[in-house]
Amino acid sequence: MWDYTSKVKDHFLNPRNVGDIPDADAVGEVGSLACGDALKLYLKLDDSKEKIVDAKFQTFGCASAIASSSALTEMVKGKTLDEALAVSNQDIAEFLGGLPEEKMHCSVMGQEALEVAIFKFRGLEVPDHDAEHDHGHAYPDYEGTLVCKCFGITDTFLKKVIADNHLTTSEQVTNFTKAGGACGSCIPKIKELIAEVLGQAKEAATKPKLSNLKKMQLVQEVLERDIRPMLRADGGDLELIDIDGDHVQIAFRKACAGCASSGNTARFVEMKLRELVYEGLHVQEVSA
Amino acid sequence: MKEIYLDNNATTKVDEAVFEEMKPYFCELYGNPSSMHYFGGQVQSKTTEARKRVADLLGASPDEIIFTACGTESDNTAIRSALEVLPDRRHIITSRVEHPAVLTQCRNLAAKGYRVTEIGVDGAGRLNMDEYRQAVDDDTVIVSFMWANNETGVIFPVEEAAAIAKKNGALFHTDAVQAVGKIPINMAVSKIDMLSLSGHKLHAPKGIGALYLRKGTPYRPLMVGGHQEKSRRAGTENAAAIIALGKACQLAGDFMETENTTVKAKCNYLEKELLAAIPHARINGGGADRLPNTTSIAFEFVEGEAILLLLSELGICASSGSACTSGSLEPSHVLRAMGVPFTCAHGSIRFSLSRYTTDAEIATVIKELPPIIARLRQMSPFGREFLK
Repeated sequence: MWDYTSKVKDHFLNPRNVGDIPDADAVGEVGSLACGDALKLYLKLDDSKEKIVDAKFQTFGCASAIASSSALTEMVKGKTLDEALAVSNQDIAEFLGGLPEEKMHCSVMGQEALEVAIFKFRGLEVPDHDAEHDHGHAYPDYEGTLVCKCFGITDTFLKKVIADNHLTTSEQVTNFTKAGGACGSCIPKIKELIAEVLGQAKEAATKPKLSNLKKMQLVQEVLERDIRPMLRADGGDLELIDIDGDHVQIAFRKACAGCASSGNTARFVEMKLRELVYEGLHVQEVSA
Repeated sequence: MKEIYLDNNATTKVDEAVFEEMKPYFCELYGNPSSMHYFGGQVQSKTTEARKRVADLLGASPDEIIFTACGTESDNTAIRSALEVLPDRRHIITSRVEHPAVLTQCRNLAAKGYRVTEIGVDGAGRLNMDEYRQAVDDDTVIVSFMWANNETGVIFPVEEAAAIAKKNGALFHTDAVQAVGKIPINMAVSKIDMLSLSGHKLHAPKGIGALYLRKGTPYRPLMVGGHQEKSRRAGTENAAAIIALGKACQLAGDFMETENTTVKAKCNYLEKELLAAIPHARINGGGADRLPNTTSIAFEFVEGEAILLLLSELGICASSGSACTSGSLEPSHVLRAMGVPFTCAHGSIRFSLSRYTTDAEIATVIKELPPIIARLRQMSPFGREFLK
């Protein structure tokens, strides 16, 4: 059972503004049947074509998708197009008193449909997209290289969501966009995108470089806290042999020593260290 | 609002007679069944009776029953045991639609170097027996197929599959958590080596399960450190729950005919009426041999979680194969393995009945569900286009 706020429940059980506007000025459509959720947003503008006087929606999706759509239409009514464009997915979630993190993609879908509708109305070129993948683009108006083939999500869109919401893990990206949530084969690519966006953010914030001493302390900490207990639970263990610059040398012990999948374990250790200490670390397995 | 509970494959109500049976063993007769004194001994005589009752439901003998904490523990124990007693064999066979208790374990073992073959199913959820016959070889250590599927109720030909496994020297285990108490099982005339069952699926409380282990089957315990269950499952017996499981199995035997006549008729009626009232709906696993109490219906153009929450507002409890209910984004692995299109899998709802289900409850669902589907389709950008 999801822990939905009373506001989410209210907007799900009594959705506002369901339907279509036959003479709508702007229409934005995102998602698909295959994706499991989709939203079609209709906007009616005043005579000056600047202010939204009516908004309606049609949604295929779960309770939070319906509630997010309903909230969105309530929020944009009476706003100018520029004001509406400033509505973010976080604003939609906040309006509803919060959404479970696994459901944040529903608020992203709402914000997305709004943006598509307004861009289209303003005559901004809607780029063509190739349709070689299975299910169609979920966000067709974000051109770029396709990352998640299951849900049809491009790198351009992912980078925007990662940056807007300060996401740092691939699980969060899945919760916000669905990317990586089905077959999972694009998760490494998503991690690269996070690293890229975070890298940019880091540069912007000019984060101080780790001193060698600090780096060694952190590596030891992560090994003790996050990695060795897991290995021990499976009857294995590892020992830290040396840290030489960015090269961390480890030796496997007990069940891990000579285990056929120790290569995978070493890669896992590297992944964890990169995630928790510093991107540039390399892990080497030595037989000391 | 009185709930209408049609989610009995998730868990069941503890039968009141079962609860009465277990009650004295908390505050009054709380002795340890292993103790030498009479106070503990009277608990032991009661757990012995329970073991006999469980065995009777399965057509087994009492010493073939090992009590565990749950179906998942039984599944884990069976598979781990097989790997230890046949250490030279490295091939595990299971199906793509198993419960995670089996599937996750097999996938973890694959990561540790075992060869794992997951046998597929057809569009109706039936096991691909040809694929299985091809896969089984003299390296196969264990074959584990569920007796009946939790989501669709589709029944697998486990006896036939067990015979094939035995011919190849492999052990055969079945996760019968959904089958026990719903369809007749007779281990006396079976080739199955190990069978898992769970108490809370048949009106016993949560936290009790059992593993059937055929006499003479080589075995290594998962839990060690005590002589309980003849050293086959260490740990002080959950006496009250064991006694409850015994009573629940006795009742399941008494109600077996009801399950396969009255309950089945209610389930069939529900299915028939919903299909008649709601266009663009289909039965997942229709055409296959299924449990008497389970129906999984796919409604196109709507999403399962929304249906469940609207039903829940009316006190109707069901479950869904939809991604949105579970936190994962992919619809159920069972429906995907069956090739149910994404468009239907998202809108699949499972109703699972029990002997407590009344005609009035079924009538309520038949009355309430069609407008819910219509309302959601009306809201959907696809519904209107496709339904024209």
